[in-house]
Amino acid sequence: MKHPYSLALLTQAILAAPPVVIRNAHVIPVTRPAFTGSVVIENGRIRQAAEQVTVPQGATIIDAAGQYLMPGIIDCHSHIGVEAINEGSVSVSSMAGIEDVIAPEEIAIYRALAGGVTTANVLHGSANSIGGKCAVIKLRWGASAREMLFEGAKPGIKFALGENPKRTNSPSSRGAGTARYPTTRMGVEDVIREAFTEAKAYQKEWREYQLKTERREPAIAPRRDFKLEPLVDVLENRRFVHAHCYRSDEILMLLRVAEEFGFRIRTLQHVLEGYKVAKEIAAHGAGASTFSDWWAYKVEAYDAIPYNAAIMLKKGVLVSINSDSPDVIRRLNTEAAKTMRYGGLTETEALSLITINPARQLEIDGRVGSIDTGKDADLVLFDKHPLSNYAVAQKVFVDGELRFDRARDLAARPEREAARQALLERERPGARRAPARRAQ
Amino acid sequence: MILGQADSPPMKPLRIPPCARAALALLPFLGAAADPPALAVRNARIVTVTGPVLENGTLLVRNGLIEALGGNVPVPANAWVLDGAGLTVYPGLMDALSTLAAGADLPQPGAASPRNGPSAPSGATPARGPEDRPLTTSWIKAADTLQAADRNIDLFRQAGFTGAATFPTRGIFGGHGAVINLASAPAGKMVVEPSVGLYAALATGGAGSFPSSLMGSISYIRQIYADAAHYVAMKEAYAANARGRQRPAYDRALEGVLEARRLLLPGSRAVEIERSLRLAAELKVRAVLYGGHEAYRVTEPLKQSGMPILVSVKWPERDPNGDPDEVESLRQLRLRAQAPGSPAALAQAGVRFAFYSDGLQSPDQIKRGVRRAIENGLDETAALRAMTLAPAEIFGVADRLGSIEPGKIANLVIADGPLFAETTRIRYVVVDGVKYEPVQRENAR
Repeated sequence: MKHPYSLALLTQAILAAPPVVIRNAHVIPVTRPAFTGSVVIENGRIRQAAEQVTVPQGATIIDAAGQYLMPGIIDCHSHIGVEAINEGSVSVSSMAGIEDVIAPEEIAIYRALAGGVTTANVLHGSANSIGGKCAVIKLRWGASAREMLFEGAKPGIKFALGENPKRTNSPSSRGAGTARYPTTRMGVEDVIREAFTEAKAYQKEWREYQLKTERREPAIAPRRDFKLEPLVDVLENRRFVHAHCYRSDEILMLLRVAEEFGFRIRTLQHVLEGYKVAKEIAAHGAGASTFSDWWAYKVEAYDAIPYNAAIMLKKGVLVSINSDSPDVIRRLNTEAAKTMRYGGLTETEALSLITINPARQLEIDGRVGSIDTGKDADLVLFDKHPLSNYAVAQKVFVDGELRFDRARDLAARPEREAARQALLERERPGARRAPARRAQ
Repeated sequence: MILGQADSPPMKPLRIPPCARAALALLPFLGAAADPPALAVRNARIVTVTGPVLENGTLLVRNGLIEALGGNVPVPANAWVLDGAGLTVYPGLMDALSTLAAGADLPQPGAASPRNGPSAPSGATPARGPEDRPLTTSWIKAADTLQAADRNIDLFRQAGFTGAATFPTRGIFGGHGAVINLASAPAGKMVVEPSVGLYAALATGGAGSFPSSLMGSISYIRQIYADAAHYVAMKEAYAANARGRQRPAYDRALEGVLEARRLLLPGSRAVEIERSLRLAAELKVRAVLYGGHEAYRVTEPLKQSGMPILVSVKWPERDPNGDPDEVESLRQLRLRAQAPGSPAALAQAGVRFAFYSDGLQSPDQIKRGVRRAIENGLDETAALRAMTLAPAEIFGVADRLGSIEPGKIANLVIADGPLFAETTRIRYVVVDGVKYEPVQRENAR
């Protein structure tokens, strides 16, 4: 396993890498019709994607005859690769951030990559009405925590409504006297209102300070408050709100509260009753990131239907399908395919739910989400059509670098097992402890 | 035997009933209070650490300090003279991060109650945010709570340890560490430097009390430093002109943080090391990392940061009580095999590092840990440095400790062979110029 623990090294590696041409593939760009042809990767970007391409000198050629090349899958709701998910002690935990706790070597990242996922929106948990800051990561398996971050992606924050923030299903809420406010849906709304009222006062305090310094009047900078700063970011449109929600009534509540305070909800997450209020969601401009066909795992999830994604899409909502799970993230292509059975979406529409749509929701569609010239070479090569149950990802590129290769992985297994046995042998009581050789 | 004389034969603590031990432990203070006579070691091999090795030198100690060393040093008539033939003199060893004698039995101030204002100690009320200063005792100083009667002082000294950087380590901001000499002396006389750094850990308060997660702890540390900066600005403005201004509330948590000369941050796995390096850079603090087991993978970022790291010699081991059939990952096995190679990798990369005991209670275990680092490529000179001069440099006391040079504090260990060899016996230990003779145990180790 490689561990290039420095961004400089990583960049150098990409720049120094020879161009790659993937030939004879069924290319599914998502944003335009599919074709059989080639994709040229150079300096980590897609240089050309067409039926006929110019092969650069010294290029590595990958023959993908009979295989399917699609953009790397994007999961708009994940909790993989982190050492902590919930700062559940407080109702507003916006001071906490996922960026601080990325665990780049967690195996879930590799498994997601092996399922064709190249970008994930890693969210704080849903224990709080206003949760922590989120991080968009690229699954650059082998890189450090910092190098995983999707550079330039707009930061986000998690909100949550309903049973989770009111702790309906939390053991601590059942103990006497230990319940945390809020314990009702009314309370959830109140916490959000209170927090943004506080944030507005904080914003005003800083504005006044800035005015004073501009006028060269003596002033002491206000105390920085890391709970309120992300909320000011939201008010000033520098941070996206990703709101966990289920019921239509609370969805409407959140949209109203946001409009009242002058900000937008970027995505509604889960949003299982979104089909009931799709027009209102579209009017607000919120995206929706939902499950394919999960429901009834708790009371607020009883009114879910598998047609949710398709209905919202047809009502003009920007829709994506997410996993929220280290298991489901490995087969988001199958999840997307279900919208063809339930809702009659086209192949392209179905695939857009896990590629260009989540990219637009995260405002990274200039970089990823489709196979177009100039975009990052985040690509996944499937042996069968990705909307088939039988499709298995063979090669996954992130920034043009082959980060998962099924054949390479399988071939390396005997060697890894031998290395494991050798290390176990060294630890056996009585074994001579030779100095460990540094693995590369 | 005459208790209290500086070179009296050592007590055998195990044979003395516990009730009498406390009283006996106090007696050596009487002797240590008087200036010990000069002490000379003749014809010894002297490993100075900072200079060349003297193969047959004389070392003169007076008034607790190294007065002279060389091939031809005049020895005063009234000096105690040790024949050093066959013996090697080293600077005394130092545990770079310890809780020895730090007063760890103090009651733990838990999360504060919001009603009582910042820093109010109360174990029961859950903290509702950074304002409650949870898991914070940044105002505590090991130098103020030092337990001179800690029985482990003698245990460590017998093994050649003459000093330690000892810290209050509970919670997120544990408190300020002190560099101490492991002398049988009143607490005040043990302290070499009272405030060498603030110990921080990414601890959590459990569910229901802030912070309950790793990211909460990190956000708390960040908020504390922002609060401290604001606190300074408010206090300065008030000091400049109090009239007509509201008085900033005194906050002992922030006072403690502001007083910190260094911030100790955790970093054992590579991801933790990088995280703490980033945090230190963001907070613009001088940091010392501790942990270091996976440092062999991140020597380059460590080198670039210029921050030193304390390496725990409690190497990861297979859980002796674990299920023998459990399949362990290659990564786990590699960490166990390669962690003891971290010191060698750090030395090669030119990163400043020192060793610490990390809760190992027996000095023999510590030495075994150091030997593993040597077996894994660390040369013995570098190992010695990591337990003498390096910790002294890291904590800013290298002008007084860490090597054998005239004018430095006379902390020495005198052994009958190479210090880290298994068969070597420690014959004498000198702390602040006072000579101690370890009990020679027959079946030692």
